[in-house]
Amino acid sequence: MNYSWDWLVFFRPSVTGEGYYWQMILRGLGWTVALSLLSWAMALGIGTAAGVARTLPQRGVRWAAAAYVHCFRNTPLLVQLFIWYFVVPELLPTRWGDAIKQMNPVWNQFLTVLVALTLYTAAKAAEQVRAGIESVPPSQVQAAMALGLSRAGVYRDVVLPQAFRIVIPPLTSDFLNVFKNSAVALTIGLMELTGQTRQLSEFSSQPFEAFVAATLIYMLVTYVVIALMRWVETRSRIPGYVGA
Amino acid sequence: MTSRIHRRALTAALLACLVPGAWSQAAKPAAKPAQPAAAQPLTGTLAKIRETGTITLGTRSASVPFNYLDDNNKQAGYAWEIAQHVVDRVKKDLNLPNLQVKTMEVTPQTRIPLVANQTLDLECSSTTHNTERERQVSFSNTFFVVGARLLVRKNSGIRYWADLVGKNIVVSGGTTAERLIREANAKNGWGINILLAKDINENFLMVETGRAQAAMQDDVILYGNIARANKPYDWQVVGVPMAQEAYACMLRKDDAQFKALVDDVIARMMKSGEMEKIYTKYFLSKINVKGGVVVGMPVPEPMWELFRNPNDKAFQ
Repeated sequence: MNYSWDWLVFFRPSVTGEGYYWQMILRGLGWTVALSLLSWAMALGIGTAAGVARTLPQRGVRWAAAAYVHCFRNTPLLVQLFIWYFVVPELLPTRWGDAIKQMNPVWNQFLTVLVALTLYTAAKAAEQVRAGIESVPPSQVQAAMALGLSRAGVYRDVVLPQAFRIVIPPLTSDFLNVFKNSAVALTIGLMELTGQTRQLSEFSSQPFEAFVAATLIYMLVTYVVIALMRWVETRSRIPGYVGA
Repeated sequence: MTSRIHRRALTAALLACLVPGAWSQAAKPAAKPAQPAAAQPLTGTLAKIRETGTITLGTRSASVPFNYLDDNNKQAGYAWEIAQHVVDRVKKDLNLPNLQVKTMEVTPQTRIPLVANQTLDLECSSTTHNTERERQVSFSNTFFVVGARLLVRKNSGIRYWADLVGKNIVVSGGTTAERLIREANAKNGWGINILLAKDINENFLMVETGRAQAAMQDDVILYGNIARANKPYDWQVVGVPMAQEAYACMLRKDDAQFKALVDDVIARMMKSGEMEKIYTKYFLSKINVKGGVVVGMPVPEPMWELFRNPNDKAFQ
């Protein structure tokens, strides 16, 4: 290979005159973290609701939840993002569409990715939650109802506390995937970590250093998430129950 | 040790094969000065081509009209033809009539690493030669000169750079245009919102859907986008070109032999009028894209100078 390595490139000023290259990386990391944490928090809420809905006795609710999960889980995230960004504003009434397009472009991009990433992640989380609920023996539900608990009470006090503990490991994977999936933002121009890395590699002509740095940062972030989820798992463990 | 001796023997044998070919070419009528490739032992790219019998070219699928897939799904374009001239010359100089030509699709992000790590031997498309890139790769003689300008709707009221104040403008991420507009925006306090598109097509989509009021790119790409638009008459290119850029073929760094060959091919094409001919073919006549379109860009002024005086100078 005929390549000039220059690991100090991060401490050189950017050719665009907007600060140093390490600042580009940091700005990108900021967007990645903000996007991922917000998406995850909302996805967990929506995913839980959709997961519960899929196990309810009401057929209409079950079908609606199933339709949502199928649409969002079975299509590529990139396609969904393009639809949210390029197609949806054209389908809305012209005045609304124009209002969306005239927003501050960065916030517009951020909100669009947030919506796309949240709904995609929530569909996946819903399946985990449903699997968790279904792994709780039906006899427990019957017993709880026989004791006089309402449907809401059964979910709140009996089913969900067990279901969540069971699905912590697969949910951890989903949580990690949010960080990695957030890189799709660059395709509509939001310069998160991967986007900034590509910019850096173009401006500085040091592509390998830039991508090595991004790889290490992603690994660091995901290890923090893994450690956090391990801690949650240990703290929530019930002695003598699942996996303990 | 034995392997080194073997290799020497092999090199000697290769040279023996090569030299008669070089002599016979040199003996042909005048107008064929130095044969840079054959005069000394082969090194770098040429040695690799000789050894493997293949040359790998980087290609682009939508860089109209430099290098693109036409309606028959065949590679075509102004820069593609230059690459073909280089291939012909390599065949002749190395006496390799059966040289295999491999192609590999690249994007603006992958092209530099792929040349630096020696996957590609030559990349001729719409690649700007600038001094930052010289750290990783080397560039041939310039074959095209562009300036960054603006694509706007005719009824947008935007004519000059200063008309952009407070508006949204889209550029392709990582390009020289992005660099220029960020610098100008910071310096003049224009308060322009800069949107980034990931490629040439998305760049146009952003102005077409009204997310941006203007698209900034190399003028020639803007003309190409207009040619392919659904309503070409709604659009126009405005603004004084902001800094010039040199397009050149990209090749491995520190490979004087191969560079000399590519430079010579381009210089000869310019001097012989061949370059003007392919300019007319791709920029002023109908090309086989989207059922036949015309880019319709007259030869930019600095290119006449280039044709008279081929060189490999970068502008930035």
